[in-house]
Amino acid sequence: MIDPLAWLILLPLAWATLAFLLGPGRGAWLGIGGLAGQLWLAVGLAQKVGAGGRAIGHSVGGWGAPLGIDLAADGLSTAMLLLTQIVALPLAIYARAYFKADDPAGLYFWPLTGFLLAGLNALFLSADLFNLYVTLELVGLAAVGLVSAGGGAQQIAAALRYLFATLIGSGAYLLGVALIYGAYGTVSIGTLLPLITAEAPRLVWIAGGLMVLGLMLKTALFPFHFWLPPAHGGAPAPVSALLSALVVKASFYLILRLWLGPFAALADTAASLTALLGAAAILWGSYRAIRVQRLKMLIAYSTVAQLGYLFLIFPLLSGAGALQAGVMQAFAHGLAKAAMFAAAGVLIKATGQDRVDGLAGAAERLPLTLFAFGLAGVTLMGLPPSAGFLAKWQLIEAALAQGQWLIVAVVLAGGLLAAVYVFRVLRQAFLLAPASRDIWPVPRTLEWTAFALAAMSVLLGLRGLELMQLLRAGGAA
Amino acid sequence: MTINEALPLAVLASSLLPGLVIFILPEAWIGTRTTLNLFGAVAKLALIAVLLAGVQAGEDYGVRYAVLPGLDLAFKADALGLLFITLSAILWLFTTLYAIGYLEGAPHRSRFFGFFSLCVTATMGIAMAANLFTFFVFYELLTLATFPLVVHRGTAKAMRGGTIYLAYTLGGGALLLTGIVWLHHLLGHSEFAHGGVAAALDVQQYWQLKIIFLLLIAGVGVKAALVPLHGWLPQAMVAPAPVSALLHAVAVVKAGAFGIVRIVYEVYGAEFAQSLDLLTPLVVAAAVTIVWGSLRALFQDDLKKRLAYSTVSQVSYIALGVSLFGPIGTIGGLVHLVHQGIMKITLFFCAGNYAETLGIHKVSELGGAGRRMPLTTLAFSIAALGMMGAPLTAGAVSKAWLIDGAQAAGKEWAIWVLWTSSLLNAAYFLPILWRAWFGKRPEAWPQEHIPARSWRETWWLLLLPPLVTAAATLAAGIFADSPISPLAWAKLIAEREYSRATPLSTSTF
Repeated sequence: MIDPLAWLILLPLAWATLAFLLGPGRGAWLGIGGLAGQLWLAVGLAQKVGAGGRAIGHSVGGWGAPLGIDLAADGLSTAMLLLTQIVALPLAIYARAYFKADDPAGLYFWPLTGFLLAGLNALFLSADLFNLYVTLELVGLAAVGLVSAGGGAQQIAAALRYLFATLIGSGAYLLGVALIYGAYGTVSIGTLLPLITAEAPRLVWIAGGLMVLGLMLKTALFPFHFWLPPAHGGAPAPVSALLSALVVKASFYLILRLWLGPFAALADTAASLTALLGAAAILWGSYRAIRVQRLKMLIAYSTVAQLGYLFLIFPLLSGAGALQAGVMQAFAHGLAKAAMFAAAGVLIKATGQDRVDGLAGAAERLPLTLFAFGLAGVTLMGLPPSAGFLAKWQLIEAALAQGQWLIVAVVLAGGLLAAVYVFRVLRQAFLLAPASRDIWPVPRTLEWTAFALAAMSVLLGLRGLELMQLLRAGGAA
Repeated sequence: MTINEALPLAVLASSLLPGLVIFILPEAWIGTRTTLNLFGAVAKLALIAVLLAGVQAGEDYGVRYAVLPGLDLAFKADALGLLFITLSAILWLFTTLYAIGYLEGAPHRSRFFGFFSLCVTATMGIAMAANLFTFFVFYELLTLATFPLVVHRGTAKAMRGGTIYLAYTLGGGALLLTGIVWLHHLLGHSEFAHGGVAAALDVQQYWQLKIIFLLLIAGVGVKAALVPLHGWLPQAMVAPAPVSALLHAVAVVKAGAFGIVRIVYEVYGAEFAQSLDLLTPLVVAAAVTIVWGSLRALFQDDLKKRLAYSTVSQVSYIALGVSLFGPIGTIGGLVHLVHQGIMKITLFFCAGNYAETLGIHKVSELGGAGRRMPLTTLAFSIAALGMMGAPLTAGAVSKAWLIDGAQAAGKEWAIWVLWTSSLLNAAYFLPILWRAWFGKRPEAWPQEHIPARSWRETWWLLLLPPLVTAAATLAAGIFADSPISPLAWAKLIAEREYSRATPLSTSTF
């Protein structure tokens, strides 16, 4: 019997190591095969957790806490695992076609991606604060490596900025963990749960603040978003897609996990502030996305804005539906943003440039890509039928239930602002094309994988029932 | 799945599937594309014929499935929905024929017909939506599907019109969504039902219901072009003629008007809305729109713009009839939903014919066009006279019922509004007819694309649709009392709406 919990971590580690041994630029099929296996494991796990309605645990090597390492999968973590594998598999297929054999940017793509995914999966499954730190570092370092790969001076600068941000973020988190350990002598989330109360010593409050702030920095919540646009906008398209769709969600997941778990007693005080930052992120990110010239920067700023929605749920978590709205938004944005970066990669390859107003005429030759971009845009705008729309609906309903009118207004305004920047790109599809226009041929695989991701983000909007049922498992909801 | 569940889905699929296939067809496969288009349109008509017979016999057609816990995508084909569906499906067939002729040789036809089919699918979804959630899904889909049609030509002017269109409709959509979610939150559902569902709420929540009503009506009012939310409609005139025809007669403005009908009758219920004093503001807004649209139309030299302002005015007849409290006004409003569609689509077909055949875009250029294109001008004249409410046309029937409805509701001032509008209609339509029939023919037409061959003044695909719809304008007027007329169907709906006890009256007794 294969234990999906352990294998979801071991499998990517295994193919990453093998890809590294095979040498630079090799290992694409290993990665795709491994990811197919991971997806199968994640789907199986989701069925098991969803049907059982409770969390599944696993003690590595048969040694349980406090001595060994405990893994646990409840509804929330299973959902995130599912999202990770669903997004990563098409992106792996995309990346294989995207990187030419001698492309310096793709030399270490496969091993780094493998380690990144192993880190992500481990993060979603870990049940103690220190292991979470280790996975956080693994994810961060692999991501920095991916951003810097084969880049010029500008890209290295972006990667360095990213590296500092991620190190400061995890440093603050580690400091918090140390303080917690000093206070309670344990780092297991399950053990800490009953210990931390609203009467906790000042030190614990500081620890909690440090951890959450560090994670916010890693999630690029406004005003900590400064590192994200250059890093995500400068990396090769498959890397941008992985980072925007998945990596920033990992630290968000961790905040959510802490907020719902050990820090629940402390969290109320910071909820409004967090939502305020989220609202600012939506407005500022959208504004920047409307103004920037470069296509990938537009998409990167859109990520800043879309991450804002995730933080709007914190004041609503005491009521029903907020967690569901957050996870639905994470899915919607994950799928749509991966599709959008993938489509942008196609457009940039085909036109040889990265300016929004240089795209006129590309649509005629690449209708499928523009269509994929449009569908992803529909999700980001929160228009039906799409997962983004369901997320918006759930968020508005949760906000109304608690009389949070400001959140309702921000969500609606955010949708309209998103329409402005999405249609900035889409209108290029309908403009009359300039007479002379070089469009380089692009592998069809690239176009179809982008489309598949976008289509998934829309189709989830027609069937969100199973995902919501999954969330109920393990008392996470 | 039973046949009664499958039929509504089949109605959706009959335009959705051809549309999706058309998207991927190569541009040059004209025959395949045309076949698919026409097959879809005819299949849809056949399905609707079955539905019409079934609903008249009292059958229930509906299907639903859960999207989220407590949130269903639900369809039902009831009498009211079928009124709109039948109108759309028939006019879709003729607009498709017209568009095939109109776009002969133009680029991007696969894209055009793909979105065209999506647009009709969205209209069907709006008509068959069984709750506000489903209604909203298709209402927004309609916005997205029509944008590419509005900007189809890709010129700077088209882009500007399209941007304004989006700004209005997406803004309206946001208001509508707020209203719907709020109502859903209060009620726990958003189903449509005869006599309304909102009355089930507590008296303390009535103030919220009033705000929600405002949000909902403002949301659908954008598409229904209620003044002051009508600004997009004249701008969207940059679209090709078949699109304008579709926007004005079938899809977009009617989606808005239909939304008003559903909200007033099946969310709030006419009696309950009346008891909350919600209908009077609506009736005033409709009256203002009717007069304002007509006044603005007077001063437009651009033919399509004049027609656009005429639409602003005429669509509010529907809102007026609906918000006049009483069955007679209801019948007048509902029947006008159909009649305005038939007449306005004729006018836009004819305007497109003038533009395509002779290059005429302005009223001032129309001199002598009647002798060069007698059949087109005849169709135009019939529809224009219908708009004025001339006897023997569909317009006369609508107007008679609306006036009776106003009388019955004790709102004599509304009768004056209708008469004023008729006078204004005459003031902006009669000069067009006069000029076309009796005006001096210019030395040369602005841009003659299609030469006349014997009696065929233009290509037959352009000529046939307006002639058929003009004939329908007459038929709907002359045979209004026959059992298969739009009027008969509107009576059936009003009967079912007003005969059932509303939740309000059952709870008070």
